[in-house]
Amino acid sequence: MDLTFSTSELAFRDEFRAWLEANPAGQSPEGEDAAYAFRTQWQRRLYEGGWAAVHWPRQFGGRDATLVEAAIFYEELARVRAPIPANVLGILLGGPTLMLWGTEEQKDRYLIPILSAEEIWCQGFSEPDAGSDLAALKTKAVKDGDDWIVTGQKVWTSGAQYSKWCMLVARTDQDAAKHKGLTYFLLDMEQEEVQVRPLRQITGESEFNELFIEGARIPDENVIGGVGNGWKVALTTLMNERAGLAFGLQVALKIGLDKLTEQASARGLMDDPAVADKLGELHLKCEILRLTAYRGLSTTMKYGQPGPEGSLTKWMWSETNQQLAQAAVDILGPEALLSDSPWAYGLLRSRGNTIEGGTTEVLKNIVAERVLGLPRMR
Amino acid sequence: MNFDFTDDQHEIKRTARDLLTNRSPFERVREAAESGAYDEAAWKELTELGWAGIAISEANGGQGLGTVELVILLEELGYACAASPFLSNSMAGLMIEHAGSDEQQAKWLPGIADGTATATVAIADQGVARLVPDAEAAAVIVFVQDGAATLVERGDAEVEALETIDPTRRFARVSASGGDPLTGDVEGGIARCEAALAAEMVGIAQRAMEMSVQYAKDRQQFGTPIGAYQAVSHRCTQMLLETEGARSATYFAAWAADSNPVQLPLGAAMAKAAASDAARNVTASAIQVHGGVGFTWEADLHWLYKRAQLDAALLTSSRIQRRRIAHASAAAVTPTA
Repeated sequence: MDLTFSTSELAFRDEFRAWLEANPAGQSPEGEDAAYAFRTQWQRRLYEGGWAAVHWPRQFGGRDATLVEAAIFYEELARVRAPIPANVLGILLGGPTLMLWGTEEQKDRYLIPILSAEEIWCQGFSEPDAGSDLAALKTKAVKDGDDWIVTGQKVWTSGAQYSKWCMLVARTDQDAAKHKGLTYFLLDMEQEEVQVRPLRQITGESEFNELFIEGARIPDENVIGGVGNGWKVALTTLMNERAGLAFGLQVALKIGLDKLTEQASARGLMDDPAVADKLGELHLKCEILRLTAYRGLSTTMKYGQPGPEGSLTKWMWSETNQQLAQAAVDILGPEALLSDSPWAYGLLRSRGNTIEGGTTEVLKNIVAERVLGLPRMR
Repeated sequence: MNFDFTDDQHEIKRTARDLLTNRSPFERVREAAESGAYDEAAWKELTELGWAGIAISEANGGQGLGTVELVILLEELGYACAASPFLSNSMAGLMIEHAGSDEQQAKWLPGIADGTATATVAIADQGVARLVPDAEAAAVIVFVQDGAATLVERGDAEVEALETIDPTRRFARVSASGGDPLTGDVEGGIARCEAALAAEMVGIAQRAMEMSVQYAKDRQQFGTPIGAYQAVSHRCTQMLLETEGARSATYFAAWAADSNPVQLPLGAAMAKAAASDAARNVTASAIQVHGGVGFTWEADLHWLYKRAQLDAALLTSSRIQRRRIAHASAAAVTPTA
């Protein structure tokens, strides 16, 4: 057991810190489109510095970073409050899925533009009637010569308005069993048959969209992982989703908690046992999250797959992030509820944390069945 | 950054699990509880294997290993809910090892390491420690008060046996004054005790969770295993969450004790708080998952539940630990004037 960073991990961290110091991200502008353009520019700079996707292999433009180094990368980004790269879905989900399932031609064609943010990727999995029950999806793809014709509706597609490619799962065999008739495609978003409609969320922003697909064309060469194999390929994407950003989120949570602690302290509230108890509890949860996330990495690095602790961090993080926002409202009072307060934003945005990327209820089902070996739920 | 045990540490864990499965099944725990006496033969065997001195230096008759190895053993002893003076004796060993003078160490540690003269730790207020494990049989008591500690020989202390809800362990109320002062790192000694105690509670939680998961697979109602119902299975996942979280904090505290003492005080406070909460919540939840059966004497869950309650009450309470964590965190983020 050695719970300090190794010499090489420290060297990695220091190199990235030095780069961040020489290349500050700057302040994001107001407005969603401008903020997105800012994140795109930021990713280009990361790409030019060789930092866009540290966990990718060198041959595809990455750094062959270990899991711990990748964790350090996201921790450091969060520490200087630099934005997440614009093409985060391409980097964390699309790229790794292609590397596992894609043909050589597909890797050559798509991977570099993901890194350079020239082509943004989005994820077309969920549908109005297929959320947690993803395999129930109805979007249909029918073969027409060398193309597939796609019709259906997708929802919760973040970044769709900026995207060139959509990781789309569609049903290609109506007669096959639920999980078997699916195929994973890359859909070109730049066609009239694909309409993007923003979804306004409880924060007032529109991070997510609905996609209306009416006879869009996908060439056969854009099938990933083979026809009828879509469920397996999609699971690769989803596994990456759960592992990816945890470390940056954990640091952001800690920064928020430190800020609240500082404000409580400045107001002389630390002598209030109820306040101290609540903040103590949150610091405890925050540290346990960090330790458990690293423990999960150690298990994955040694055994090639995550242990029981690996499935718990998203659940821990999402609930603690919600509790932090609620605690801020309790401790700071009405000013934390004003529209321009970051706490008010956190109070609203964090409600999505226990839903996006797998609801807590679905995570619990997965943990119950796969980690504890309990019988399938009913 | 590597959380994994070494091969030797994995081996200690395996050996401990195997031995305790044989020597401390629940029938033995029940016997010890109902007879009011520890299993002397089992204790002798543990001491002959050198367990009691695992974290005591070789010069003083121990094995010279660290807090991590001790924590591994204690997690397994908690898992078995073993009835023995191991915890109290180890905690006293940690105190004397880290806060005692050479003479004090030479005088007391060999007896602690081979189990022939056991010791315990008493946390006192105004001369009285209200809950002290294994004080009656101890040769010496590490008497801690207001951040200072003295060694009080058993004959010089007033020891009044207590009956608590946990009959798997002997408790007493201890009054004392004076004694031979420990002049070293008392705070560091107590922090190591907290890590050790946390480890026993992690083991308790792990056992209660495993028993619940097994029961939820076996027990059928409405024609299906109850573990297929989310009300039950989600409760089990909550047990896993709390147990693993407490385990992360406990391993971190043990590692800090051996390798990075700067992080020990806060780490130990976190381990004690997380493990107390986890052990109490998980054992309570285990009774619920077992339904009516869980409420019976025969189901054996109550030993774990009772041990969790008493362990959580030892040393510093979660309530105080949380405040300590909050104040330490506030001090870290508040710019000094």
